[in-house]
Amino acid sequence: MPTQKTVATTGNFLVAEAMRQCAPDVMAAYPITPQTTIVEEFAKFVAQGRVHTEYVTVESEHSAMSACVGASAAGARVMTATSSQGLALMWEELYIAAGMRLPIVMANANRALSAPINIHCDHSDVMGARDAGWIMLFAETAQEAYDNTIISVRIAEHSEVLLPVMTCLDGFITTHSIDRAETMDDESVAAFVGEYHPTYPLLDTANPASHGNFSGLGGPYFEFKKQQRVAIDASMKVVKEVGAEFAGLSGRPFDVVEGWGMEDADIAIVVIGSTAGNARHVARQLRAQGVKAGVLKVRVFRPFPATELAAALRGVKAIAVLDRAESLGAEGGPLFLEVRSALYDLEERIPVVNYIYGLGGSDVRLELMERVYSDLSDIAAGATAPFGLTYLGTR
Amino acid sequence: MPLTDSRLPLTAPMPPYAVRCIERPYPVTTLAARRVDETRTRKGAPMQQLTEIRWHARAGQGAVTAAKVVAETALSADQYMQAMPEYGPERMGAPIKAFTRISAEPIEIHNNIENPDIVVVLDESLIDVVDVTEGIADDGAIIINTCSPAAAVKSALGVADTVKVACVDASGIALDTIRRDIPNTPIVGALTKVTGVIDLDTFKGLLAKNLSKKFGQEMIDANFAAVDRAFKEVTVA
Amino acid sequence: MKWDISHVNEWKSEDFPRAAVIPESGNSNDYNVGGWRSERPYRNDEVCTQCLLCWIFCPDTAVVLDGEKVVDFDYDHCKGCGICANECPTNPKFGKSAIEMVPEGCELPGVK
Repeated sequence: MPTQKTVATTGNFLVAEAMRQCAPDVMAAYPITPQTTIVEEFAKFVAQGRVHTEYVTVESEHSAMSACVGASAAGARVMTATSSQGLALMWEELYIAAGMRLPIVMANANRALSAPINIHCDHSDVMGARDAGWIMLFAETAQEAYDNTIISVRIAEHSEVLLPVMTCLDGFITTHSIDRAETMDDESVAAFVGEYHPTYPLLDTANPASHGNFSGLGGPYFEFKKQQRVAIDASMKVVKEVGAEFAGLSGRPFDVVEGWGMEDADIAIVVIGSTAGNARHVARQLRAQGVKAGVLKVRVFRPFPATELAAALRGVKAIAVLDRAESLGAEGGPLFLEVRSALYDLEERIPVVNYIYGLGGSDVRLELMERVYSDLSDIAAGATAPFGLTYLGTR
Repeated sequence: MPLTDSRLPLTAPMPPYAVRCIERPYPVTTLAARRVDETRTRKGAPMQQLTEIRWHARAGQGAVTAAKVVAETALSADQYMQAMPEYGPERMGAPIKAFTRISAEPIEIHNNIENPDIVVVLDESLIDVVDVTEGIADDGAIIINTCSPAAAVKSALGVADTVKVACVDASGIALDTIRRDIPNTPIVGALTKVTGVIDLDTFKGLLAKNLSKKFGQEMIDANFAAVDRAFKEVTVA
Repeated sequence: MKWDISHVNEWKSEDFPRAAVIPESGNSNDYNVGGWRSERPYRNDEVCTQCLLCWIFCPDTAVVLDGEKVVDFDYDHCKGCGICANECPTNPKFGKSAIEMVPEGCELPGVK
């Protein structure tokens, strides 16, 4: 059993600490608010000799991910971090990393995309990358950010998966706020993540191979994408197994969707990230008043836990999906579209409504959570569910 | 399986697509959304469920360090905390705000602090620049680094009578003891006396630990003297 | 016509200009950044040769001219970068340059 230490520190520091304990061979990174302190702290660890990582300072995030792709193909365990414009800048490399089946682990501080320029929290950056083929884990708290980062390494390097993993935490809210968390000792984490055994590493000159190839004109591109699809679908089982193993080790639960009060909820909010805490706080008070409110937090967004969501939401009378990102031009935000699709085949058609909230770091006040539950109560009592989204908490 | 009333009948026409807005003024809360436990006492008695603190200072006065050490003190007392500086350009002397939450129970909310129970003002020149009393709880406390007497400051601030205004010459004490105008340690001493939100001895222990990384025993003793003096000299109106 | 932002705190989404375009130029003049300084420039009028180098180099256009003479600094916009003091040439008659940086908050040189 690991020895755990209780610390008061920021989410970013915990991610850096988790990365140190996972001991990547290479980190190629470029700073951007609000993730800079992750790579800064990690650079300090390297300078202090507490981790032996080849630290490559590059001139942009596009270069960062390019360097990561090269290092990973060479056979190294690779980690990095980015956010918002940085993630957007490395967009082509994200698809390449996934298509080349490289187990890169990247922390993303969720931050709004320009324009207009905004450095605060929302999910538009990660949602813009949801089709790239990366596995995506979301943290509600600094503790989950630490746990998710460690779990990500095991998932990525699993022989049935071999896909890059993004471990996401809310910019400023989780990254910069000092919170209370437990960290495990170095040996336990090292034992948990184990050694990386790359297949076809470029540095194995006795068995030369070629990476990053052209699939030919009219070649089997479609077939390679099917390989990726099979892998990411299979990863759900791996995510759950690794998560359960970590839960047993750390004593902290891990589930792809985490429900509160969902056993008998009449009204429920589906949400990603730190807002789940706000929603849970309000749901707790509503329960004390006899209202059967529940919160369903999506901790693993890719692969999307459609079956688990549908199972958890069956029997609920009205559902609100809270999106901290827009999918402009679509009927609702990205999480709403996927939740609604997941519920499509249920025998009962449950009213699902969409709220867009918190864009650009807009404060998620508890009154707004209350208003959502109050709207849901009206719908559950028979009011017509509105069609179309609601902007929650604009000026 | 027949549909119940709350489900949309499949033959009903869809309502038209529309984008709605829930905007200011925000809906008035009917729940005690901020407090789970309504009973509270101060002066070192059993901790209320959640205490929210807002710090006002100028960059370079040690507010962020103070908020950090207070958070660590809360951790030592097996409490839960959040400490968030307000992010912005931190030129020396620029006004900054920091926020701290301390609770006996895990803190699950992550929204901004709108109604602090305690406001700490490390530089009285900020009173003209920033509304330091904004949103303060009716039975809150505001602790200011100033030479002026507490009653005068209270009437100047124009707060409700139930709000405690505590004054301590933290800068003066700091100049006497630490020989520098860094009022963060004495003001936390005053904060402890007035609100009991953290334990003084635990704070001093952690302060020693933090200071020993860069300074010698003399500086630690000077800081202890500063904290103790502020603890004694703070006056409340 | 000056862009009226007096009620900006009450504006709704529709009231903001499209795409966050600011429909006038030079409105950074309305933003007081003087509070960012920790040092301010002090100019000795006797020593000053009115070469105008400080006015040319100031990145914040914070050197105030009257006609072709430097008369003052615009302390609402001077950020205390010190470029004026750095560029100010030595006046051979006095053996020193006209501009020196002094700590913010003191009005006379030598009060440190």
